[in-house]
Amino acid sequence: MKREPPQSIADYGPLFFPAGMLLVFFVVPFGTMIAVSFFQRQEGGFYTPAFVFSNYERFLSAFFGGVLGFSLMLAITVAVCCVVLGLPFTYLLSRLPRRLQVIWLVALLSVLSLSEVIIGFAWSTLLSRTAGLSNLLVAIGILGQPVALFPSFGAVLTGMVYQALPYTILVLYPAIVRLDPTLMEAARTLGSSPIRAFFNVLVPALRNTIMATLIMVFIFALGSYLLPQILGRPQHWTLSVLITDQAIYQSNMPFAAAMAVFLVLVTLGLVGLTLLIGRKGEKA
Amino acid sequence: MIHWFRRFYFLLIGLFLSLPLIVVAGVSVNAKQTLAFPPQGFSLSWYGEIFANPEWRSALIASVLLATTSAALAVSIALPLSWFLWRRIAPWANIFQVLGIAPFTLPPVITALGLLIFWATTGFYGAPWTAVIGHAIFFVTLPLVTLSLGFSAIDRSFVEAAATMGASDRTIFRTVVLPLILPYLVSGYAFAFVLSLNEYIVAYMTVGFTLETLPIKIFNALRYGYTPTMASVTILFVVTAAVIFSLVAKFGDLPKLLGAMASDDK
Repeated sequence: MKREPPQSIADYGPLFFPAGMLLVFFVVPFGTMIAVSFFQRQEGGFYTPAFVFSNYERFLSAFFGGVLGFSLMLAITVAVCCVVLGLPFTYLLSRLPRRLQVIWLVALLSVLSLSEVIIGFAWSTLLSRTAGLSNLLVAIGILGQPVALFPSFGAVLTGMVYQALPYTILVLYPAIVRLDPTLMEAARTLGSSPIRAFFNVLVPALRNTIMATLIMVFIFALGSYLLPQILGRPQHWTLSVLITDQAIYQSNMPFAAAMAVFLVLVTLGLVGLTLLIGRKGEKA
Repeated sequence: MIHWFRRFYFLLIGLFLSLPLIVVAGVSVNAKQTLAFPPQGFSLSWYGEIFANPEWRSALIASVLLATTSAALAVSIALPLSWFLWRRIAPWANIFQVLGIAPFTLPPVITALGLLIFWATTGFYGAPWTAVIGHAIFFVTLPLVTLSLGFSAIDRSFVEAAATMGASDRTIFRTVVLPLILPYLVSGYAFAFVLSLNEYIVAYMTVGFTLETLPIKIFNALRYGYTPTMASVTILFVVTAAVIFSLVAKFGDLPKLLGAMASDDK
């Protein structure tokens, strides 16, 4: 059967339901959110249609700047940690026999699908005073008595790296599997050590993939919402937490919407950058 | 040397990924209501608690109902769309593919807030079925990606043969296309199901005050202190995800599925 352009209205039939659902339940809510971001807030949690920029003006406050800076810094740190840990792992994984690869992939997917609540709970248990790692340190005599290792910045970072590492590996995996294995073989035959071959051959060959992965993990980490609340203190709250807080607890929908629009713009800018890098990569 | 390094590195990452779960598994079998590790005594009663305690049981039922229905809705959106894109030349229709992938690519709080405002404006805020639609839209990416991969793998000469023999579009779909894409359909459903089971923020912002799914229940319970039931629920979720993904791997080509997913994400 040849692919052909739709000839009659009936040919468009299959498109009606999916297109309708996506338009009504994604495009319309999204548009409403943008509209609300320009609305005027009323006392008591209501808002009235208007066209004001006051919600966006609040971005200029020092508090907001602090939260934004912290969110971006946290997401960048998570992305860098994940790629540094994930790149050698994914390369080694791609060299395993297929059966073992599949087992690892199943494990990675299982961890990746875990709820943030569950990851937060699991790490808070592991870092707790009663059941946690510090008991192990006491047992081998490094610590005098067990201590709680959270809430702290380290705990937030660890939890988020835990959440994003499987994602990083699964994003890197297809690109590394497709990589020509003779590249590394050539480097080895010419006498380079595995570590030197990794840094001088593999990393440059994957430069575009690495950049794109960094950006994707950055966006993924930007969405983290519960871990900063469970494992951190209020000063570790991210933009995602602030948006929800404004929307649900402060009942300031217009301000929450304005922050969400801002977050979308940052994300879209980065996705655009990823696509650009991808295109350059294809040309090269 | 490299083998030694590889083993060590795999062990390290494996330990990092499994350590929290090992401790949680240990906590979940404590005999008394303490969060001690190593566990004091051994008891599986905290697993029974998920089903025996009415609060945890209703959260479990809510989560399973939400996941089964929203994944089904996601597949029913993705199937006609990807079939249309495969069958017809209509480049502008690709916009819907992009719309399907967008909610999953953006930070989840965006979709959640958009839906919250939408349901509040239309007056349906809090109705349980709004969460089904929310999750279906949020996770439609997954069946969409597996299905477009499935369609692109179909050898068009099969379909041409059926058409030459006089089969109608409908017959071709039922007897040729559907059997070929079934594995992709099932894995798309499975991915959407598992992720919906674990999803927190969209569910919380749309129905958080009227319906308690398991992730919402765990988070609410966390505020009032810890119970070993949280640990047993966690292990139940990990095992469920591992079993479902193992089945997908057994009946489908997992490396291929993942290869496609990551390249479509970009």
